[in-house]
Amino acid sequence: MSVLIFAELDEGALKKSSLEAIYYGSKVAELTGSSATAIVLGEGNADELAKAGRFGATKVLHASDPKLNEGNAMAYASVVAEAAHQEGADIIVLAKSSLGDSMAARLAGKLKAGLAANVIELPDLSNGFRVKRSIFTGKAFAFTALTADTKILAIKKNTLTPEETDAVATVEAFKPTLNEADFAVKVTNVEKATGDILLPEADLVVSAGRGLKGPENWGIVEDLAKALHAATACSKPVSDLDWRPHHEHVGQTGIKISPNLYIACGISGAIQHLAGVNSSKVIVVINKDSDAPFFKSADYGIVGDVFDVLPRLTKAVKEL
Amino acid sequence: MKILVCVTSVPDTITKITLTDNNTKLNKAGVQFITGPYDDYALSRAVELKEQLGGTVTVLNVGESDAEPVIRKCLAIGADDAIRVNAEPTDAYFVAEQIAAIAKENGYDLILMGRESIDYNGGQVHGIVGEMLGIPSISPVMKLAIAGTTAQITREIEGGHEELEAGLPLVLGCQEPIAEWKIPNMRGIMSARTKPLKVVEPTGKDTLTQISNYELPPARGACKMIPASEAETLIKLLRTEAKVL
Ligand SMILES: Cc1cc2nc3c(=O)[nH]c(=O)nc-3n(C[C@H](O)[C@H](O)[C@H](O)COP(=O)(O)OP(=O)(O)OC[C@H]3O[C@@H](n4cnc5c(N)ncnc54)[C@H](O)[C@@H]3O)c2cc1C
Repeated sequence: MSVLIFAELDEGALKKSSLEAIYYGSKVAELTGSSATAIVLGEGNADELAKAGRFGATKVLHASDPKLNEGNAMAYASVVAEAAHQEGADIIVLAKSSLGDSMAARLAGKLKAGLAANVIELPDLSNGFRVKRSIFTGKAFAFTALTADTKILAIKKNTLTPEETDAVATVEAFKPTLNEADFAVKVTNVEKATGDILLPEADLVVSAGRGLKGPENWGIVEDLAKALHAATACSKPVSDLDWRPHHEHVGQTGIKISPNLYIACGISGAIQHLAGVNSSKVIVVINKDSDAPFFKSADYGIVGDVFDVLPRLTKAVKEL
Repeated sequence: MKILVCVTSVPDTITKITLTDNNTKLNKAGVQFITGPYDDYALSRAVELKEQLGGTVTVLNVGESDAEPVIRKCLAIGADDAIRVNAEPTDAYFVAEQIAAIAKENGYDLILMGRESIDYNGGQVHGIVGEMLGIPSISPVMKLAIAGTTAQITREIEGGHEELEAGLPLVLGCQEPIAEWKIPNMRGIMSARTKPLKVVEPTGKDTLTQISNYELPPARGACKMIPASEAETLIKLLRTEAKVL
């Protein structure tokens, strides 16, 4: 019995969400009296991989075949399944992400594993194996028993706050069998903003809605985000109107985020929007309409014009 | 082109969730059920592909009889026929088993569904179905074009998107902007009444997860209002009081 954590690399570094997953996995290992092993796929730097130790992994399996550099959900699921067999892992932990979600679904099918997505607490082992997960896009929680022999937990951001130590993990080469069939889907092109803070990974998010009036006005949103080292997000109409790229759209039909701070500028606070952001730790709302519904779900509010308030906030951040 | 579209019947997005029976059940009283918004995108694209390439669109729902209004609406939007597997869709593996069984029996070029259902947000059914059928699954799909037996797909990734090419058959989890939601017209609604809706009993009964009870999130405290003239103090409060900066 052991815990296997699927950890992702982004531009050569272990993703922040994966470090959270490693920490979470190590806590599950403590609870179950076992050990936590991370698995990393694709080429990567050994020092970077050893960092998994600081978050609680005792070992890192590294499948460094360059064929795995591209995040291919099917091949990844096969490799993780093989690692789980080798390690005798019956609990697999990962952070929710666009790759992780697809990988975990294939893996659940392969291993006939019970998969709980959006897990927000450590499992309760007092009576079987029970997790608390967010459902209805954060509008409710379901306590769910996982009854299969193998369990997969996909955790939401900010589930636990990792405590780092100076432990180092041993990095072990892992040479899985790669099946041609897993490479049936060809990637012909990738377009990804580089250097930007990825929205699902961000601790701080500045988001804006139709109140910004047009895409040409996003400078004031980006300036505040840059000053805060925050990611930018938007409401659905804004991405529908093509003012902003689709991957910035948050809400019930967009990306679900749970950062430490969410600043909503010129967003009315429709229930579908709130659903995607209501698990943020602190919510700030800036809206010129004092009756905007968003104020009811906020921690701090400013009734004011975004064109006046945002530049002043940016200046105040720079003066901190 | 033979397309299967799997749809969920879920509470409307404006629903305020409440609980009953000592928090062991979701309260369905007064709740309006709709087609899962992501499934609706999948269906709309399927109907467009049928119009473009010919073929059939079958709608599949694993659900109880109260899901039939949603299925009829899918028929009104342009699906040709429907299958309902008569069972409560409580567990992703179980639902995937039903879909895979029907897919094996009938053989489809494309199996489309939403990237996730908006009730339990599992987002795993497409992957498990793909695994059960031994064919690729891709999600979340933002664009889909078919040329012959090859699909050109745009998939959303964090901070961008990737373009993919794959041979049919495929299982796809869809999201916007793959198509515009379609609204049924009068003719569609009339014809939907007579389109075939077959009800079948489930195969297998593997459930790997079981919900024991529910909880609602705690209410946020009162919102602290800061006058616009003193907006700068917000930044100080975020650092000293909220401790997020
Ligand atoms: C099935 C379904 C799913 C949906 N999913 C989502 C989703 O995932 N995400 C999402 O966001 N929405 C979603 N929606 C849409 C949602 O219902 C709202 O329409 C949307 O969130 C509104 O976006 P908004 O707040 O930017 O625009 P509006 O509602 O138009 O609000 C603009 C706000 O800006 C304020 N404002 C205007 N000018 C200024 C100014 N100068 N300074 C300050 N404030 C100003 C106004 O007072 C207003 O409150 C969904 C809807 C449906 C039906």
